[in-house]
Amino acid sequence: MQYWDPRIEATPKEDLQKMQYRLLKSLVCRLYSFSPFYHDRMKKQKVHPDDIRELSDVHKLPFMFKKDLRDSYPNKIFTATPEELVRYHVSSGTTGKPTVVGYTQNDVDNWSTSVARGLSSMGLGRGDVIQVSYGYGLFTGGLGLHYGAERIGATVLPTSVGNTERQIELMQDLDVTAIACTPSYLLHIGEVAEKMGVNIKKDTLLRTGILGAEPWTENMRTRIENWLGIKAYDIYGTSELSGPMFTECAEQNGFHVWSDLALVEVIDPKTEEPLEAGEKGELTITMLQKEALPMIRYRIGDISSISEEVCPCGRTSPRINRIQGRVDDMLIIRGINVFPSQVEYTLMTIPEVGQHFQIVVERTGALDDMLVRVELTKESFSDKITDLMKIRQMVEHRLRNALNVAVNVELVEPGSLPRFEGKSKKVIDKRSL
Amino acid sequence: MDTKKYVIKQISVFSENRPGRLASVAKALGEEKVNILAFSIAEASGFGVIRALVDQPEKAHKKLSSLGYNVAFTDVIAVQMKDKPGGLYEIAKVLGDAGINIEYSYAYSGKKAAVLILRVDQVDEAIEKISESGATLLEHTVFH
Repeated sequence: MQYWDPRIEATPKEDLQKMQYRLLKSLVCRLYSFSPFYHDRMKKQKVHPDDIRELSDVHKLPFMFKKDLRDSYPNKIFTATPEELVRYHVSSGTTGKPTVVGYTQNDVDNWSTSVARGLSSMGLGRGDVIQVSYGYGLFTGGLGLHYGAERIGATVLPTSVGNTERQIELMQDLDVTAIACTPSYLLHIGEVAEKMGVNIKKDTLLRTGILGAEPWTENMRTRIENWLGIKAYDIYGTSELSGPMFTECAEQNGFHVWSDLALVEVIDPKTEEPLEAGEKGELTITMLQKEALPMIRYRIGDISSISEEVCPCGRTSPRINRIQGRVDDMLIIRGINVFPSQVEYTLMTIPEVGQHFQIVVERTGALDDMLVRVELTKESFSDKITDLMKIRQMVEHRLRNALNVAVNVELVEPGSLPRFEGKSKKVIDKRSL
Repeated sequence: MDTKKYVIKQISVFSENRPGRLASVAKALGEEKVNILAFSIAEASGFGVIRALVDQPEKAHKKLSSLGYNVAFTDVIAVQMKDKPGGLYEIAKVLGDAGINIEYSYAYSGKKAAVLILRVDQVDEAIEKISESGATLLEHTVFH
């Protein structure tokens, strides 16, 4: 079994935990002294760096939520100076304002190292050609995999998303051995390849899939592996942690969370009490070395459990098991996080339609289709079909800009959408994974 | 020329494109004893607009609005056509020559002659040009 970083990956658990304690202590001291945001938070929670005397004292620290990032738009809680930043990534927020994540050189390096360890644990390395079909740009997927793949000495083919036929041609012509993309996009590639008369199993050298950015199941893994003749690995992360960070190893049994970079807890989302290994709850992550935008006990919102057993691959880090759902109503459409509140916020700025809406998500072929049904207001009703089509297109355009994902809009009669008391069920998700 | 008497109030109703919507509109009008004299449906993806000339437009508007429909009045004109080949051409040519655009149109075969309902971008000019051409415009009193 090849380790990228044996010093970390195969260290006995006790030593890892000692290291984690030292990193946590120094993180907390640094933030208490230099970050007004964390200083206030800790004061409010009545916790002082002196109270952190062992690793489990992490439970005393206050939580962080996505809302904290939104409220601090664009960079109010950064703890690096503008000169120290080498990159920004931006993801859409839960409402109007996006979330901005800044990176120092060390942040980018640690992120790349994390991905490099993961790719190595799948057996990838020099001589592999890795096609990165995650989106490049503000989204972290493309660049995250790109830097990790270069770090291990593999050759990167940065195709980004789209132009699927060309992707398949390049996959054949450049002897691609691994692909990184969403599982649904890989299924789409498989379908398009069949139409082109290309049998991925026989006509390409593709053997590995690094698939993430959206939830998928063991059934999908089996289908992808059997159909395309590859090993399919799950990868996990969010832009708040840096991007895609943690992957499965060759055992395909949970994401290895590198102990020098992150401390993972599972808590009961209602009582906020920590849960034992193996118990299902909300993932909460502390990034131990992030410089520009530290994360302490960040409530990701994903539901899973952790495993503390040493992996048969020899790696000693804790593992996050397959993600089982969300504590909130976040949707993942073609790898992009979408909150119904973003839809609501956008519609509120469009007088031609009401504020009631319904989201219908379907999987057509391999890809997600999102339909938003909105009520046309009485004032904006025009007898001319062209005017109505213009309204529909305008709403589609505005939603697409806000959500970063293509949306179909359907205009419906006023009063026709269901009204709900309390927590509304505004989403109909017809996808079966 | 007094063009007002030739301006007819058409009722337009926004409707989702799904089974039962037309029946629901028609039922409401029937219950109110509103008679539909001419009618058409324009459809786009997922929705449509029902357009009708009725004998009691105000009553129809009130009833459908009370049921939650998006309803609007639209000014249209009605022209009698010769019910024979070339009948439509005569009317369409007059408007085309005058640079008046037909936004939409529908027709019905009346008791005396075929009737063309027109929604145009310049209503008054259209009425004048059609009158000058010798064609017969129907007054709104014919409908309501």
